[in-house]
Amino acid sequence: MTRYIRHAAAFCALLLIALLVNATRVQVVQSDALDDNPANRRGAIVRFDQPRGDIVVDDRPVTGSKDTGEQLRYERTYKNGPLYAPVTGFASQVYGTTFLENAEDDILSGTDPMLAPLPLWNDITRAQNPGGKVVTTIKSAVQQAAYAGLGGKKGAVAAIEPSTGKILALVSTPSYDPERLSGTSKSVADSWAELNGSAAKPMLNRAIRQTYPPGSTFKVVTAAAALDAGVVTDLDAATKSPNPYTLPGTSTQLTNEVDGCTNASLRYAFEWSCNTAFAKLGVDTGLSDMAGTARNFGFNDSGLRIPSSVAASNFDTSMDKAQLALSAIGQYDTRATPLQMAMVAAAVANGGSVKSPYLVDRTTTRDGDVVDTTGTKTLRQAMNPATAMQLREMMTDVVEEGTGTNAAIPGATVGGKTGTAQHGIDNSGTPYAWFVSWAQAADSGEPAVAVAVVVEDAAADRGDISGGGSAAPIAKAVMEAALKH
Amino acid sequence: MSGTRAGTASTVVPAVRVPRRRGTELALLVVAVLLSVYGYCDVGLAKNGTVPPGAAGYGAGLGVLALLAHLAVRFRAPYADPLLLPIAVLLNGLGLVLIYRLDLETPHDEAAPTQLIWSTIGVGLFIAVVLVLRDHRVLQRYAYLSVVTALVLMIVPIFFPAVNGARIWIRIGGFSIQPGEFAKILLAVFFASYLAANRNALAYTGRTVWRFKRLQLPTGRVLGPIVAIWLLSVGVLVLERDLGTSLLFFGLFVILLYVATGRTGWIAVGLLLAALGAFAVGSLEPHVHSRVTDWLHPFASIDAGQGPNQLAQSLFSFAAGGMLGTGLGAGHSILIGFAAKSDFILATAGEELGLAGLCAIFLLYALLVERGYRAGLALRDSFGRLLAIGLASIVALQVFVIAGGVMGLIPLTGMAMPFLAQGGSSVVTNWIIVALLIRVSDSARGQPLGKEAR
Repeated sequence: MTRYIRHAAAFCALLLIALLVNATRVQVVQSDALDDNPANRRGAIVRFDQPRGDIVVDDRPVTGSKDTGEQLRYERTYKNGPLYAPVTGFASQVYGTTFLENAEDDILSGTDPMLAPLPLWNDITRAQNPGGKVVTTIKSAVQQAAYAGLGGKKGAVAAIEPSTGKILALVSTPSYDPERLSGTSKSVADSWAELNGSAAKPMLNRAIRQTYPPGSTFKVVTAAAALDAGVVTDLDAATKSPNPYTLPGTSTQLTNEVDGCTNASLRYAFEWSCNTAFAKLGVDTGLSDMAGTARNFGFNDSGLRIPSSVAASNFDTSMDKAQLALSAIGQYDTRATPLQMAMVAAAVANGGSVKSPYLVDRTTTRDGDVVDTTGTKTLRQAMNPATAMQLREMMTDVVEEGTGTNAAIPGATVGGKTGTAQHGIDNSGTPYAWFVSWAQAADSGEPAVAVAVVVEDAAADRGDISGGGSAAPIAKAVMEAALKH
Repeated sequence: MSGTRAGTASTVVPAVRVPRRRGTELALLVVAVLLSVYGYCDVGLAKNGTVPPGAAGYGAGLGVLALLAHLAVRFRAPYADPLLLPIAVLLNGLGLVLIYRLDLETPHDEAAPTQLIWSTIGVGLFIAVVLVLRDHRVLQRYAYLSVVTALVLMIVPIFFPAVNGARIWIRIGGFSIQPGEFAKILLAVFFASYLAANRNALAYTGRTVWRFKRLQLPTGRVLGPIVAIWLLSVGVLVLERDLGTSLLFFGLFVILLYVATGRTGWIAVGLLLAALGAFAVGSLEPHVHSRVTDWLHPFASIDAGQGPNQLAQSLFSFAAGGMLGTGLGAGHSILIGFAAKSDFILATAGEELGLAGLCAIFLLYALLVERGYRAGLALRDSFGRLLAIGLASIVALQVFVIAGGVMGLIPLTGMAMPFLAQGGSSVVTNWIIVALLIRVSDSARGQPLGKEAR
């Protein structure tokens, strides 16, 4: 019997070995995959087990945390939620995160290893660091001026500091309060359904995630391309542009909203926004130079992060001449985000150099020790500095005596460009009113701010919609706030 | 020390005896109690930042139970294996810690106080068995009474309503017991007794089916009870939806049959019958079928958008523990849901103590089983040998079936992790098993060397 008892004992040992091997399989080999399973709530529990770090505007947090004592314990609160929603995004127990809440999640949630007091410390202790702070470049006065300026209208504002790329304001209206998406209650699901179902799309970040036909504001890019390519050498020389202008290869005739565009000088055409002159200028400059300049301004760049990702602005790289003519005046397939158009204005104000726009000045630990800083980086040189000087001049003219007089600010140099973009089938949609501009205080060596404003106001009378009428006053208010600061 | 034995030994052979090692047992018991109290304090510190108010009482209670059990062993089973009692105390203490830890997540449903009462009853019965049962061979006389009682205990729950899909409970008022647990011991006694009596008939008579393979089937008269047992185990499974108990009884029977007869053919026949039974029930019985489906596709409910099922949650728990665990009190195994304190208690151990802790627990069980086998090897009466092997195998099979189930190795069956899991019947049964192992190990180690057993 002894022999068989030993066999039975060996069988029991086999069972034990099977258990040990299986435990190793689950706990070591498969553990990462199981930990990452989206249905595993442990990540969420740990994540919400401590208050989230704050997002800071002008030294004051615009976010907060509320202890609910529930399984997903700390819920996000927002101060002035609708005002800062395009900056912060939301941090929801159920629906994840967006914008800065998403891009800086590692810092805010405390999982960034850089928050640890010592290297590898967390790996040993398994402790979680308190959430760090994200200090933004936003100036609350500028942000508020933009938000108030848009009022109840649908639209967006992007404002940047031309010399650094710091984003001073990022506003999208209509907005929403991200706090409505914090927590796990039924009201959160209701809010989510309502916000997503709303025709006004309040959660759409129009400043960086929506592209619009830029209309005449794109003439800044066309002018820069023409000047850099040497197609125009004298701003005041008459161009050989007919009125109306027949699009090459078609019988379609392009007209103007203003008089005096026949053979107008570039200065006049820019100041009064002559479509005919710019369409022809685009064709004369050629597709490759036009596309090259557009790219240098930042068009067709799908990789831009501020650190939230920015929708790529589009300038087609293969078109016939008629399409190129329309693209040169910001129509056809040309589309730009408000941030992109602010970058265009900033490039002009900053001697042609496009700085990488950024929203996060620095990240810190909860106690304020700096973890990381975002410095100024040059993205590209959009045009020759001399060209930039010429464009400054022309943009200043627009505000002093052209279509943009509504943006003039006493005691400051202001340059701008209006735009009214057609869209929809056969241009049936209500046009978008654009205004891009920059401002420099008289006593300052550097421009203080570059702004792009777009208003998509379906309620306004079609005749009233123009960059100069609807958008310029908003831009003016934003620039004034930035100059005062 | 038994006076008569000592007297016999001194007159017949020189008094060469195995050391009693009662001091070792006491020292190990102190370690076991201290480890449990440490775990209890650790849970409190992790969850609330303070030592739990009941720590002293818990430690004292466990200590007194351990001491009483030790005294019973010291006076009535002085040669017993010194590892058995400390392992049982440590596992039971650790189980109480884990249940207390899970109670903190479910403040309105506390299980630890009840479990402590059942543990006390279990230790009480342990002491009673050690004191009353002076010689394990007495049990041989009650073989048929045992099997009848076992059958009654197994059949009674059929007349009670199912709980969570299985008809294995008797509920009277707020009091519930699982009679199948006690049936384990009674069946082990019956098997050991029947096989000890019939092993020659089983091993050496009957028709040879395949002469060249030496597969020899016994006569129908001896074969009858075996088939009956198999049918019984399948019957229990179908009627009570209790795959675990059926598997346990069947495995126990095949192991004992093999040990008694040494016939590999029995294992082949056993595996064949088990496979047939399991396949039939696994594909026909919906409750068991769903368990098999869950085992094959633990994440199917997630893919279907219904969230993780218990097995998936259990796997998440083990994975979260990793190598070293999150630490007691710092895991989230409560996500498993209603059976977290009973069938899935091992997941809490796996998450909070990690692979390291789990290996330690498995090795404690392995040591318990090994000590049972060791007693079986040392004994000289067939009944005692088979009883020791049977009891040890019950522990081994049960640990394998439930641990393999909650970790996705085999289909999940509702069973209690010996000593660890919440469950009064289970903890009482396991204390009785340990008491019987103490008794047989005392006989094994206490018998004079060089002298044949009677």
